[in-house]
Amino acid sequence: MIAIAAPRVDWYSIAPVVTLVAAGLIIILFKAIARDRVRTYEPALLIGTIGLTVTAFFLTKQWSVVIDGGPTDSLAHMTALDGFSIFVGVVVVVSAILMLLLSSDYLVARGIQSRPEYVALVLFSAAGMLMMAGANDLIVVFVALEVLSIPLYVLAAYDRTRARSLEAGIKYFVLGAFSSAVLLYGVALTYGATGTTSLVGIQNFLSANVLSHEGTLLAGMVLLLVGLAFKVAAVPFHMWTPDVYEGAPSPVTAFMASATKAAGFAALIRILYTALPQYSADWRQLLFALAVLSLLGGSIGALFQTDLKRLLAYSSIGHAGYILIGVQSGTVKGVQSALVYLFVYAFMTIGAFAVVVALGGRDDLHAISDLRSYGRRRPVLAALLAFFLLAQAGIPPTAGFIAKLAVFSAAAAAHSYGLLIVGVVTSVIAAFFYLRVILTMYAAEDADETIPVDETPVAVGLPLATVLVVCVAMTIWVGVLPSIVIDFARDASLI
Amino acid sequence: MTEYYRQYLAVAVLIGAGLVMVGGMLGLGKLVRPTRPQPDKYVTYEAGSDPVGGWGQSNVRYYVYALLFVMFDVEAVFIFPWAVQLQPLTDKYGVQSLVSMIVFIVILTLGLVYAWRKGVLRWA
Repeated sequence: MIAIAAPRVDWYSIAPVVTLVAAGLIIILFKAIARDRVRTYEPALLIGTIGLTVTAFFLTKQWSVVIDGGPTDSLAHMTALDGFSIFVGVVVVVSAILMLLLSSDYLVARGIQSRPEYVALVLFSAAGMLMMAGANDLIVVFVALEVLSIPLYVLAAYDRTRARSLEAGIKYFVLGAFSSAVLLYGVALTYGATGTTSLVGIQNFLSANVLSHEGTLLAGMVLLLVGLAFKVAAVPFHMWTPDVYEGAPSPVTAFMASATKAAGFAALIRILYTALPQYSADWRQLLFALAVLSLLGGSIGALFQTDLKRLLAYSSIGHAGYILIGVQSGTVKGVQSALVYLFVYAFMTIGAFAVVVALGGRDDLHAISDLRSYGRRRPVLAALLAFFLLAQAGIPPTAGFIAKLAVFSAAAAAHSYGLLIVGVVTSVIAAFFYLRVILTMYAAEDADETIPVDETPVAVGLPLATVLVVCVAMTIWVGVLPSIVIDFARDASLI
Repeated sequence: MTEYYRQYLAVAVLIGAGLVMVGGMLGLGKLVRPTRPQPDKYVTYEAGSDPVGGWGQSNVRYYVYALLFVMFDVEAVFIFPWAVQLQPLTDKYGVQSLVSMIVFIVILTLGLVYAWRKGVLRWA
C-alpha cells in the first residue's frame, strides 16, 4: 500500500480564486438552464459584481491575516499567501470591476450582443491572474498563465462580426500559445537543472549546490523570461501588442493593459526574486536589455502612430519598460516601485481607454486626426483624455509622476545609472507624443476644414462616468498623497 | 575577455555556425541552379489536380466534438489514479476524498450541460 501524503488545504488562502471561479461557473450554469427569452446579461453582471466584491472582501481579510501572522503557503507549497500576492490581487480585482463597468455602455453603443459568457470569461481570466499572483511553483505559473490567457483570447475576438476583432483574437491566440510553449520549455529545463519546480525548492537547491554546468538552468531562465515578457508586452516580444490592442474591444484592451500586465510582472518578479536570486547578475543583464529595448521601442514606435488605440498600445510597451527598470534593480525597493507603478498604471490606462470608449467612432477606429476640435465639441471628455495622457507622461502632481519617481529612485539606489538615463530620455520622447494628441484636440480649426462627424457618439452613462471619476480621483489622490499606496506596496514587498 | 563572457561565446559560435550553414547551402543552391520561371511552377500542387476554391472541406462541427472528447479524455486521466487509490484515500481523509472528485466531475459536467443547451450536440 502506498502511503499518500495529501497536502493540507488552507481554504482561506485560495478563497479569492475559488470565489471567482465559482461565480463564473454559476453564470455558465445560469445561462445553460435559463429559457431563451430571459435576459441573461444583467443577472450575469450582478453575479459577477457580487463575486468580485466577495473576492475583494477576502483579499482585505487575507491582508489583515498576513500583517499579523506573516506569509504562509498552502497546497504543498504550491501557492503562496503574502503581501505581494494580495497587492497584485487588488490591482486585478479593481481592474476587472472597472472593466465590467466600462463594458456595458460599450457593448450597447457598438451594438454587440451582450452575452453572460462575457462576464464569465472576465471572471475566469481574473481567477487565473490571482492564481498567478500567488503562484509558488513553476507548474502553477504555467496553469495560471493558461487560465488567464484562454478567456482573453476569446474576449479579444468577442466582437466577432468585426474583422479587426477576429484578427486580434487569432493573432493573440497563435502568438500566445507559442509563448506558452516557450515558457513550458523553460519550466522543463529549469526542472532538469534543479530537480524541482517549486520556486523555494529551486532556491534551496541553488544555495546548497553549485552547478558545474549551468547552461541548462540559464537556458531555462531565458525561456521563462521570454514567455513572461510576451505577456507583459516587453520589446522584442511586443509584436502582437499594437494589433491586438487596436482590434480588441476597448474594455478588453483596458483589462489586458492593466490586469494582465500586473499578473505577468507578478510571476516574473516571483520567479526571479524567489527562485533565482543567486543568478541575479545574469537576469539583471537580461532585464537591462529588455528594459532599454521596451523604453526605446515603445516611445519611438508611438511617435509614428495615427490611431489613438495603437498609440496607447505603444505607450503600454513603454510603461512595461519603466516597470522593468524597477524589477531590474534586484532590490526590495525595486519590487516596491514596480508594484506602485502597476497600481498607478492600471488607473491611468483604464481611464484613457474609458475616454476611448466614450469617443465612439465608426468601426471602433480612433484616428488621432479625428480628434481635431474635440476640445470644443466635447470639452469634458477632451479634458479627461488630456489629463490621463499627461498622467501617463508623468507630469506632477499626477500619480504617473510618483510612479516614475519610484522606479527611477530604485534604479539610482541600485546604481543602474544607464537605465536611469534611458528612462529619463524616453520620458521626454513620450511627453512629445502625448502632447501631440492633446494639441490636436485643442488646435484651432482651419476655416476650410470639415469637422469630422461622430457617427456613433456614445452617451456617457452612469457606469462609464463612474469609471472616469474613479480613475481621475485615484490618479490625483495617489499623485498628491502618495504615502498610502507607497506604504501599501512597501508592506506588500516586505512580507 | 573574462571567463564570464567566454561562456556565452559558445552560444555566439553556435548561432554563427547555424547562419553560415543555412545561408551557405541556400546561397550555393541559388548560384548553381538554373532559373526558368513558368506560371505553372507557382501553383500550389504543381503536379496534382488544379486547386479549386480556398477552403478545406472539413466541417467545423467536428471541432466542438473533438473539444468535448478531449474534455472527457482528460477527466478519465484524473479519475483512474484516483479510483485505484480510493481505499487508502478514504482511510486517511474520509468523505473529503470522494467530495473533491465529485466537485471535479460536476465542473466538467457543467461544461457538457452548457454545450448541450447551446445545441452543439445536434447535427443539423
